[in-house]
Amino acid sequence: MATAVGTVGHTHEESTVWKWLTTVDHKKIGVLYLVTGFAFFLIGGIEAVLIRTQLAVPNGTVLDAGLYNQLFTMHALTMIFLAIMPMGAAFFNYFIPLHIGARDVAFPRLNALSYWVLLSGGLILTSSFLFGEAPDGGWFAYAPLTDETFSPNKGLDFYTVGLVVAGLASLMSSLNFAVTIINMRAPGMTMMRLPVYMWMTFVVAFLLILSLPVITVALLQLYFDRNFGTHFFTPGTGGDPILWQHLFWVFGHPEVYVLILPSMGIVSEVLPVMSRKPLFGYTAIVMAGAAIGVLGFGVWSHHMYTTGLGTVPQYVFSASTMAIGVPTGVKVFNWLGTMYGGNIRMTTATYYSIGFIALFTIGGISGVMHASPPVDGQHQDSYFIVAHIHYVLFGGAIMGIFSGLFYWFPKMTGRLLDETWGKIGFWFLFVGMNLTFFPMHFLGLAGMPRRIYTYDADLGWDTWNFVATIGVYILVVGILLFMLNVFMTLRKPATAGDDPWGGATLEWATSSPPPEHNFDVVPVVRDRDPLWYNRDHNIPMPERPAHLHIHMPPPSYFPLVLGIGILLIGVGALSSLAITALGVVVAYYAVWGWALEPTE
Amino acid sequence: MGRSGPGRIIAIVFSGAVVGVLSYLLYLAFADSANTPQSTWMPMSDNTDNIHAVYQVVFYLAAAVFILILFLTLLFTLMFREREGAVAQQFHGNSKLEVLLVGVPVLIVVAMMVPSFKAIAQNTADPPKGALEVVAIGHQWWFEFQYPEFGITTANELHVPAGRAVSVTLKSNDVIHSFWVPQLVGKVDMVPGHTNHLWFTPDTARDEAYLAQCAEFCGASHANMRFRVFVDTEAKFSDWTKATAADAAKPASELAKAGEQQFTASGCIGCHTVKGNPLAQGKAGPNLTHIGSRTTIASGILPNSAEPMHKWLANPPAVKPGSKMPNLALTEEQIQKLTAYLESLK
Amino acid sequence: MAAAHAETQHHTTTGIDNRKLLMWIFLASECLFFGSLISTYLIFRGDSIVGPLPADLLDIPLTSTSTFVLLMSSLTMVLAVFGAQHNRLGLMKGMLLATIVLGLVFLGFQVYEFRHFAHLGLNLGTNQFGASFYLLTGIHGTHVGVGVLYLASLLVASARRNGLGKEAALHVDIAGLYWHFVDIVWIVIFTLIYLIP
Repeated sequence: MATAVGTVGHTHEESTVWKWLTTVDHKKIGVLYLVTGFAFFLIGGIEAVLIRTQLAVPNGTVLDAGLYNQLFTMHALTMIFLAIMPMGAAFFNYFIPLHIGARDVAFPRLNALSYWVLLSGGLILTSSFLFGEAPDGGWFAYAPLTDETFSPNKGLDFYTVGLVVAGLASLMSSLNFAVTIINMRAPGMTMMRLPVYMWMTFVVAFLLILSLPVITVALLQLYFDRNFGTHFFTPGTGGDPILWQHLFWVFGHPEVYVLILPSMGIVSEVLPVMSRKPLFGYTAIVMAGAAIGVLGFGVWSHHMYTTGLGTVPQYVFSASTMAIGVPTGVKVFNWLGTMYGGNIRMTTATYYSIGFIALFTIGGISGVMHASPPVDGQHQDSYFIVAHIHYVLFGGAIMGIFSGLFYWFPKMTGRLLDETWGKIGFWFLFVGMNLTFFPMHFLGLAGMPRRIYTYDADLGWDTWNFVATIGVYILVVGILLFMLNVFMTLRKPATAGDDPWGGATLEWATSSPPPEHNFDVVPVVRDRDPLWYNRDHNIPMPERPAHLHIHMPPPSYFPLVLGIGILLIGVGALSSLAITALGVVVAYYAVWGWALEPTE
Repeated sequence: MGRSGPGRIIAIVFSGAVVGVLSYLLYLAFADSANTPQSTWMPMSDNTDNIHAVYQVVFYLAAAVFILILFLTLLFTLMFREREGAVAQQFHGNSKLEVLLVGVPVLIVVAMMVPSFKAIAQNTADPPKGALEVVAIGHQWWFEFQYPEFGITTANELHVPAGRAVSVTLKSNDVIHSFWVPQLVGKVDMVPGHTNHLWFTPDTARDEAYLAQCAEFCGASHANMRFRVFVDTEAKFSDWTKATAADAAKPASELAKAGEQQFTASGCIGCHTVKGNPLAQGKAGPNLTHIGSRTTIASGILPNSAEPMHKWLANPPAVKPGSKMPNLALTEEQIQKLTAYLESLK
Repeated sequence: MAAAHAETQHHTTTGIDNRKLLMWIFLASECLFFGSLISTYLIFRGDSIVGPLPADLLDIPLTSTSTFVLLMSSLTMVLAVFGAQHNRLGLMKGMLLATIVLGLVFLGFQVYEFRHFAHLGLNLGTNQFGASFYLLTGIHGTHVGVGVLYLASLLVASARRNGLGKEAALHVDIAGLYWHFVDIVWIVIFTLIYLIP
């Protein structure tokens, strides 16, 4: 195994923990994101199980109203910001340089900083439970319920500070990824030869870069309303609660695409490889992804049909929202086209990708249903919407992430996950998922509003609520089987080889796991599916040079220190100015050290 | 099951059968859910008729897409799964087919858009002349209803006549709530600092109330913020307005009279109005002038009878978490007096 | 700070340095950030229920002066970039210093203005004008302050042997992008708040 010059030397005596704390290797950082994201996925899952247990029967007594409201709020925040986004970012981190043929991302230390700041945001948000004051105003935090009059405890301050910190992390990593994809591509890797996964990453990065500043302003204003006596969102003194909704959803809707596009990218990688044929309609899929990204900024008010928008905005936003259905439909057809005529290897990754197509389609079409404002008058804030978002986010985003986990696990660890147990786990997840979320369509149709901690027996909602709760326990078994599979696999020897699937993209041209410098020789790209092109044209892998002279950036603890500084600033914003001041000092020290640290 | 010959036919039949049976079962479940008390699939007014006309188009189109995609996914999985000796066909796309496949979603979307626009125009139009004016005000966690025409203020139970348009002005006293009666009118939010409007014309009178509840998360007891709409005949509605506009009945029994005094002594008058009782002029809580005539208490979560009333008075926050009505630490005797008084307010 | 990313100075796909590209994309994000703040200000224009109102407070001659100062700082920044690119390090250092001083003078004006307005009864919580004005101009002022620190660290680094070195032109160029952006935002703010009543 090749060892890059410049990475040895000072790493000999350092402990494993220290290595992880100071790493600037995109692959290690990717693993950190993945483990962190999965841990938060479990926390969010526990919250979900508690919620469903409370709702299993009418007039449930497992949770009281206050705790229930905290749990459904934190379930959404945890899953969206701390589980799905970081797991998406994990694959971005790990595979952007490998896919485009680079040695690392453009800014390795900034990459490490992004991780530590994200972790800080997650800790701030989740620690609110320790104080018994978790945010309880919904993830959308509609004013004026969230101002200090109606939510006097600290919960919503954890919300504003936690999200600003987590948002900062996402902004930094998105800038980094955008620059990397634009500027670090291997020779021959034109934009229209980028793997679809890279295209989706690119769109996601720009969605975040352009939407995060908007929510940051809204969160700042909410923080000022709660702590410094302003009235941005408080009615009666000139403020306007509807302004919050606009700012929130200008961010919030692109955010939905931030969650789903990475999984669309994963499926677009897995299906061609497993079908053993090129992606059907590459250009159409790329353009559709870009169109979804652009249109995604013009549809936010469909979350606000019921706020009294007026007639014309309803026309405009329903038209733009339904228009998004077109590129989405194109994608689904193209995935089916990719399967058509193939010789599809039925691996667990394939199962999850095909599951994605079926389940995401359900979430997609129910989304087009309530794009119609009159229908939304019946759907808005009912369980129909709960079903819709879970088909998009679980049936879509999570299914895609699991597909990616099974597909890339051998690359990341050198070990193939057990296929038999993987498939058993898939069926538990698939069946559990559908039992949990499909009945919510029926409940929505039966007029059950969402975010209620209790319901009466006389409304005809008991059967399907009970079924949904059974479903969530089956789902839990599926998750446990997956964890067991990972645990058992990691104990086995690394025998997967470099390219167990016959992949088309560059990551399969290096060892599993890849060396720190990724490629001994920077690959030359001649086609959209570079490895298949080389295979079909008998182009051999480049010879490994006898001596490698590759400079990799040395580890640095300044990202960690700066992350701690930002954490302290955040904690100070929740407690006392003194801690903020300390945080500023720490951050300032770290920035100086960072700037002066030699990177050669 | 294969990609050619009889194998393909078997694959098609099998996929079709699976998807067909699944769709039929789901259809049964949807139909069953459409037949529940708070159903959104049971239009009983012009407003919900307009919605339903779109909803049906949208629902069945969505169902068609669901069936098609599920069928193709299953079929292609069966037809093209790995087998010995098979070779994947190498092609990158098909321009004609791809353009056609853009056309399909475009057509579906247009088919959904046209009826949607029509229903938007209908439901956001001005209410017809001569509509009954009602002001609905959201409070944490109950609904206030005012009829300016009759000088009536009541809570949690809205009475309207059949066949006449009802124009509702929506306001909020604190946070955002949402007014929604699934069978009569699609939801519109009650936003503090804003005034929203909706209107609907109920089809026919019926004895049974239409169930409804707040549809925007509004804090601790969002789940406990229900209300009912009674669609009466013109005559019955007229009787109701006369009775409700009148002063409260004077308590007759000794116990109820003692209850009236207790109502003052326990401070209930600070928050509640009882028309005809000059001391009880509070506005923070529901108007109780004719509480005895309502079918429910505590914003529609308990039936209106002695036992639930007792439970409510003994400890309101235990029944409705976060309730603005505090636990007044009433004694058993005080509760009985108050119950008798409140039940007498017909 | 800009010296941070020396590890990626080599070849890039587009030929644009990674750090410069990062700054451009970051500024795109900043456009949305200030766009949201300015929108808030415009939405609340005329929504203040109690005084003092903009007409009672805004002193156009005074703020025109500070705007002029900030505009001049853009000129000195251009000269600093010119100096760096043409290897005239004396000019670069002098102009960096001038830019820093002008930035500080602008901040001085802003501190005076804030104190003056507060003295006349406009606080964050007074009305919608106070809230949106202080938040918008305060955050802009913070950007100027960060810019001053940024330029000051470049100036300090240029005095050190290994500080800026042969990449000086690039670092000053990137800092210039940031500084001009902050100036342009101020022109927009000055026009919308002060000039259009």
